[in-house]
Amino acid sequence: MDAQKYPTPHLVSIRNLSFSRGSTKIFDDVSLDIERGKITAIMGPSGTGKTTLLKLIGGQLRPEQGDITVDGQNIPQLSRTKLYQVRKRIGMLFQSGALLTDMNVYDNVAFPLRAHTQLPESMIRTLVLMKLQAVGLRGARGLMPNELSGGMARRVALARAIALDPMMVLYDEPFTGQDPISMGVLAHLIKSLNSTLGLTSIIVSHDVSETSLIADYIYVLADGKIIGHGTPAVIRQSPSTWIQQFMTGAADGPVHFHYPAKNYVDDLLSTGKRY
Amino acid sequence: MIRLLRQLGGDTRTGFTKLGRSSRFLLLALGGVVSVLLRPRLLLNQLYSVGVLSFLIISISGLFVGMVLGLQGYYTLSDFGAEETLGVLVAASLVRELGPVISGLLFAGRAGSALTAEIGLMKATEQLSGMEMMAVDPIKRIISPRFLAGCLSMPLLAALFSAIGIIGGEWVGVGLLGVDAGAYWGQMQAKLDFQNDIVNGFIKSLVFGFVATWIALFEGYDAVPTAEGVSRATTRTVVNSAFSILGIDFILTALMFGDD
Repeated sequence: MDAQKYPTPHLVSIRNLSFSRGSTKIFDDVSLDIERGKITAIMGPSGTGKTTLLKLIGGQLRPEQGDITVDGQNIPQLSRTKLYQVRKRIGMLFQSGALLTDMNVYDNVAFPLRAHTQLPESMIRTLVLMKLQAVGLRGARGLMPNELSGGMARRVALARAIALDPMMVLYDEPFTGQDPISMGVLAHLIKSLNSTLGLTSIIVSHDVSETSLIADYIYVLADGKIIGHGTPAVIRQSPSTWIQQFMTGAADGPVHFHYPAKNYVDDLLSTGKRY
Repeated sequence: MIRLLRQLGGDTRTGFTKLGRSSRFLLLALGGVVSVLLRPRLLLNQLYSVGVLSFLIISISGLFVGMVLGLQGYYTLSDFGAEETLGVLVAASLVRELGPVISGLLFAGRAGSALTAEIGLMKATEQLSGMEMMAVDPIKRIISPRFLAGCLSMPLLAALFSAIGIIGGEWVGVGLLGVDAGAYWGQMQAKLDFQNDIVNGFIKSLVFGFVATWIALFEGYDAVPTAEGVSRATTRTVVNSAFSILGIDFILTALMFGDD
């Protein structure tokens, strides 16, 4: 990427981000950078706030402190109008697809085009068919969201996410609950769309094998902090036992198999309590 | 005792926070009404699902309420030889009270619960978040058209309820029990006042529509985005709307008819 062309070398920069939900600290002084044109994966076990991070980048949540800069603009400080201007250039693929259930596939993909452009219907048709062709679902344009399989729904949502030709696409757990074929299809799509459309992609996932195949760079999050980052090869070789356990899926390690409890024998022998 | 106080304090605080959130929500929804007027198709779709689809339950209920009023009214009035005034009794009860109140309750049960469930499910399936991320304001796109549709539909439904009820009262009173048709309609025309009865009934139905739609939309928007959360929100819509409608009805009645 030509660094001279852009105001900042990184498309997204997060500095000293802290965020809590109630008394639980989700992020504690997190800093990371997302390089332009690359696929960056943010990995970590369930419940570490990966989706929350995407919502913070998209401006749906406000951090307690810290800066989140997207293409030179500090998201938490933007007015609503300016935030919406930035969002038009960001596509987001939700875990559930988030398709509008009262519209068919065609209208779902046309939705952002109709909302934000004054294009004639004939041109919208061409654009929608192009986006659907890119995800292989041009033939499914007349189906309603409840007639789609999970993988198809995500592909339609992906077509919708790229409808306005965004600069960046955020993927929230794109592989969760998918069969091997649709997982492969999605991984291929994410990779090929990123290079053909010149996108920047952020994938939030706990699916180690599929994500590390397509990611250019990986951040590993745990307990509100980044515990490792680097290319997939570097992460695989990481000396951290925690990262090793996460990458190999070992049942016990730094992350214990057992939820904290008192001594097993004492527990079995203490009678007279209901539980 | 301390625990009770703490509980009471906590509940009061939660209640006030919710009141604040719902007021802010109402202001945003009202702010979006202008943009709805620029896209009338959104409004028409909602008028259909909120108003037209409630038509059947409102008209059948109106008919039966009117018939019962005719029956009960006749038996009471005939004791005093005043069955000629049946038309006034039926029409005044319907236009002043039963029309707005019962159609308000039915509206909350039929359209209100559907609105809460729809919005709650849209939230649970991330459709509202998805819209926000597509830079489309869900308040303007989803909430405001439904809000306006609810406020417009309710007075019409209440008017229909009263009109069909009056016809039901005539079927029973005039058709079955032999009250003179001229007396039924004539007395009604003579005794019912446009300002006192019809306009006040209309104002009531407008207020009930406003409140029921506000509660339904807010509960859906504020629902915990899970199956259980949406089901609780739907129940709260029906219960809170019923309480609000009955409570506000008392206040409005006292204000409108208090000095008669």
